Amino acid sequence: MTRVYVPRDAAARSVGADAVARALAADPRVQLVRNGSRGLLWLEPMIEVETAAGRVAYGPVAAADVPALLAAGLLDGGDHPLRLGLTEALPYLARQTRLTFARCGVIDPLDLDAYRAHGGMRGLAAAIALAPAEVVAQVTRSGLRGRGGAAFPAGVKWQTVLDTPAPQKYVVCNADEGDSGTFSDRMLMEGDPFVLIEGMIIAGLAVGATRGFIYLRSEYPDAARTLGEAIARAAAAGYLGDDVAGSGRAFHLELRIGAGSYVCGEETALLESLEGKRGVVRPRPPVPAVAGLLGAPTIVNNVGTLASVPVILDRGADAYAALGVGRSRGTIAFQLGGNVARGGLVEAPPGLTVRELVHDFGGGTASGRPVRAVQVGGPLGAYLPASALDVALDYEALAARGALLGHGGVVVFDDTVDMAKMARFALEFCAIESCGKCTPCRIGARRGVELVDQLVKSKRPADEAAVLRELCDTMTHASLCALGGMTAYPVESALRHFPEDFGL
Amino acid sequence: MVGPLLPVLNEVQSELGYIPEHAIPRIAAALNLSRAEVHGVVSFYHDYRTRPPGRRVVKVCRAEACQAMGGDALAAHVEARLGCAIGETRDDEVTVDAAYCFGNCACAPAVMIDGALHGRVTPARFDELVGAPAEEERS
Ligand SMILES: Cc1cc2nc3c(=O)[nH]c(=O)nc-3n(C[C@H](O)[C@H](O)[C@H](O)COP(=O)(O)O)c2cc1C
Ligand code: SF4
Ligand code: FES
Repeated sequence: MTRVYVPRDAAARSVGADAVARALAADPRVQLVRNGSRGLLWLEPMIEVETAAGRVAYGPVAAADVPALLAAGLLDGGDHPLRLGLTEALPYLARQTRLTFARCGVIDPLDLDAYRAHGGMRGLAAAIALAPAEVVAQVTRSGLRGRGGAAFPAGVKWQTVLDTPAPQKYVVCNADEGDSGTFSDRMLMEGDPFVLIEGMIIAGLAVGATRGFIYLRSEYPDAARTLGEAIARAAAAGYLGDDVAGSGRAFHLELRIGAGSYVCGEETALLESLEGKRGVVRPRPPVPAVAGLLGAPTIVNNVGTLASVPVILDRGADAYAALGVGRSRGTIAFQLGGNVARGGLVEAPPGLTVRELVHDFGGGTASGRPVRAVQVGGPLGAYLPASALDVALDYEALAARGALLGHGGVVVFDDTVDMAKMARFALEFCAIESCGKCTPCRIGARRGVELVDQLVKSKRPADEAAVLRELCDTMTHASLCALGGMTAYPVESALRHFPEDFGL
Repeated sequence: MVGPLLPVLNEVQSELGYIPEHAIPRIAAALNLSRAEVHGVVSFYHDYRTRPPGRRVVKVCRAEACQAMGGDALAAHVEARLGCAIGETRDDEVTVDAAYCFGNCACAPAVMIDGALHGRVTPARFDELVGAPAEEERS
């Protein structure tokens, strides 16, 4: 029997991986493993065959290709036009630094033995051996910052929860991944769910929280199934429950599914939603670390943040902090999508430029036309023109250019894009998703859509543009949260860099 | 249980396809909430339907990465092919909804048909997909 890996990742399944798996399973020599995705998404379904020389990749494979592949000696890594070579040597992968995603695409995501054999649960063992305050100190020293968007230092947040005495504390994983153009959380939850669970257990032990919740968006049914099963298996193996891995300490974990609301990714709206209410943003203070879920001290961290904790505890904070630039340490999972030839997941230390990502990794547009605009950081992220792609993907460098890294999504557009339409879309999205708490966002976004419509038809566009900029200014400064507060980023950057699309 | 309302509503919707008006007082009573509170939650979240959906439910991603890959043309094609505008239900037969990202942005444009996600969807591919019976296996 030869092991053949066919991803069960939702992106791979969306382009036919299940049919490929069925076709392969019909051959008695094949031992099928459904792994996560390696993140070379333009090659999905990308299958791998285990050979003496290592795993050999083929892709993109359609079910109809399977007979010819088998005839060409697929099971010995035989030659075929779809053969890509040794997986680990593929330049797209070899140029990355896979820490958080070290196992994603490598193992069967629900195989706990494989997880442990590939370094899993070592971070937890290290954390159990340390005093809680030392675990928090490690996270602080690693320089890990929140991967959900706001880039707040994780250790500072954990320290606050640790220092706030309370009978009950919580760890909440923000798995809402609402930003368009992003999919790293999804890939990780589907491809290596135990690393998230391990990170959450460590967080719980570090701050004395005995209960955890994963708040997952409803658009990710595959992730829900995989996480649900992974939680059950982790509990059965004694990693969750009243006595975590024989430590004598408790941590219980529950999966919750959202109901379609972008603003519920904002941490306080998320907590309201977990409490069973409308997802309306709470004013701060208090911050959730002091008074979060049901008023109790609560860690709210993104999937990528929590999933980076095990490797920090395992290899040490200094090893993690040794990567990166300035105050952006470790690695970040960049996600490359839209009109790009080689879209996928690129985990690398911050500091890579947008150009390297879009052109060296991405190979330019999928359409073969020139790149015209790149949106960095989700629907609230700025549009960069093709001339400004040398900016480094680190938190400070982008902020200095009026842009944000956000959750690390990078979406490419070719020269057929209408930037006035994209600006209008940003405002429309804000209007649809506004929680309604504050006027600049609730009313302003609708008004903004009208203004863009008037502007593109206007005989005096400069005047209309001035009104639009003023509205953006009001939304930026008078909104309670970043939905209203950052919608100006895509709108103003589109106006600034692509005035001709607005008739200016 | 912490905040049981969303899990309960999700369960009702997955059983019935929507949240019937008559279910609201019962849910409210069972969870010791006011009807207004339950109504407020049902109306806040985009997923909750207050009327039955069509037999087929098609969700078209309208977010940026899909727009960059011909998502507008695809959305227009979906509406024309199914004779149903986004946000509408036609003859109990089909419901078409907008979605904002399925996390499939590197295989754009994306469409979800009866819960199954599809990527790199061209108009021709869409026609094949809706022509075909629902996939029997969801592993
Ligand atoms: C409108 C809005 C949407 C957000 N959506 C998400 C999201 O989907 N996932 C996420 O992790 N953080 C999201 N955030 C950021 C969270 O509020 C919060 O900063 C994050 O969960 C903290 O975790 P981290 O420090 O690990 O990033 C969003 C913020 C805003 C204002
Ligand atoms: S900015 Fe918008 S989403 Fe944020 S609190 Fe105000 S109304 Fe709600
Ligand atoms: S933008 Fe359409 S799947 Fe992400």
